[in-house]
Amino acid sequence: MQALLHQIFSGIATGGIYASVALALVMIYQATHHVNFAQGEMATFSTYIALTLIEAGLPYWIAFVITVAISFVIGVVIERVLMRPMTEAPVLSSVGVFIGLLLIFNSVTGWIFTYTVKAFPSPFPETSRFLGGWASPHEAGATAVTLIVLALVYVFFRFTKLGLAMRAAAFNPVSSRLVGIHVGWMLALGWGLAAAIGAIAGMMVAPIVFLDPGMMSGILLYAFAGALLGGIDNALGAVIGGFAVGVIENLAGAYLVGAELKLTLALIIILAVLILKPAGLFGRAIVSRV
Amino acid sequence: MPALLEVAALSAFYGETEVLHGIDFAVAAGGVTALLGANGAGKTTTLRAICGMVRARGEIVFDGEAIAGRATEAIARRGIGHVPDGRGTFLELSVEENLRLGAISRGDRGVGDDIERMFGYFPKLRERLRQQAGTLSGGEQQMLAIARALLLRPKLLLLDEPSFGLAPLIVTEMFAILARINREERMSMLIVEQNANLALALADHAYLLETGRIMMSGAAAEMRENAAIRHSYLGY
Repeated sequence: MQALLHQIFSGIATGGIYASVALALVMIYQATHHVNFAQGEMATFSTYIALTLIEAGLPYWIAFVITVAISFVIGVVIERVLMRPMTEAPVLSSVGVFIGLLLIFNSVTGWIFTYTVKAFPSPFPETSRFLGGWASPHEAGATAVTLIVLALVYVFFRFTKLGLAMRAAAFNPVSSRLVGIHVGWMLALGWGLAAAIGAIAGMMVAPIVFLDPGMMSGILLYAFAGALLGGIDNALGAVIGGFAVGVIENLAGAYLVGAELKLTLALIIILAVLILKPAGLFGRAIVSRV
Repeated sequence: MPALLEVAALSAFYGETEVLHGIDFAVAAGGVTALLGANGAGKTTTLRAICGMVRARGEIVFDGEAIAGRATEAIARRGIGHVPDGRGTFLELSVEENLRLGAISRGDRGVGDDIERMFGYFPKLRERLRQQAGTLSGGEQQMLAIARALLLRPKLLLLDEPSFGLAPLIVTEMFAILARINREERMSMLIVEQNANLALALADHAYLLETGRIMMSGAAAEMRENAAIRHSYLGY
């Protein structure tokens, strides 16, 4: 029982990481109808920025905030410079740009920071008397950070004017322009937010999986599985899907398929969703009358 | 009356194809101008050209300022509310969010009061406030589109076939409301309609558009008496 609880909790902890990356994927998907394959590598790059700042002697949380801000700017710049000329381009061209972006980020990360696997510090204590041994303090802390981020994102999109404008621009760019929304800038902001959320996910997962340029590639796969499971057009669904994939992955890894086949599980989930329920569990069909 | 909108030698294109061939017209401040014409005459394109939604050439002066070539969102912020072809509903969002979006470019605190005023014209919207806008009927979506455009606090309202696809009773009701809005808010309007009877009853000035050219213009009352128009567009 103790072992099972431990597996579930650590599934929730990694699930939170998948949920954050899934949310970043969905945010860009809703606005562009493309999946940003480079989301994971962008997050890895951000995590290296954080490590550099920490190694330069900055306190963890200050490095954290600066990293999030830099990642936001990188996201905005990528949209303005690379994605904006692609708005009218055919699907394959956009996919090409995303894959190019993935390779560029991966290589540049390796080139600047080397391919050596590095340890990344956790801001949380080594041990805690309160958790009773069935979750590590880092898992508990990372889950808390993830939940806070998700709550902030929810409040931003649900209750602020800018959040409403961003949702409107994603759903209906033509009508958005007619009410005076600068649609191009809303897209850029979306990219910035997605990059910032990815950066936080990277910093939270790095102490668990260690930092190397390919750190996020597996995580992106799980996140994608989570997003599809919940419904790629539904932010809340994607978040729930991310958590679910984390728990499924951990339980199956411990009791069913073993650690080696865990990643295969992500692909099985992706295939199963696409075959059985392409809209995902929470992907609501839009009701429309004429 | 001074002109609020003056359009001169306006041409518009879809790709390389010219669909408007240098048209001239004006909308008087506080007045209602109708653009009549059959399907494909270029009515919708004219409204889109004013709002910078299609490639266009020519002069568009709105409220003393040349707006040709400006971005659509800048033209909206300058004070042109557009009730587009197909109603432009934000289907996934709630009715309330649709209304708030109308006022999103405004910085003042009067939005709540203005939404309340819209319920005076369109009481149905109050009942539907929390509902997903995509579930509204066609007539309700048309009312929502008009309310959304008015919440921008525009100086000029562009209406693209507001009667399209609606039951006759709802159309009559809606045109009565439009007349009230014109009267009570002194809202200038440029209305595009296939239903010439309705449009000429609301408008004080009208232009007849045929395959991208203006064939005739005049006071709405005179246009109604014109034999050619009666025969081709009014059906009696």
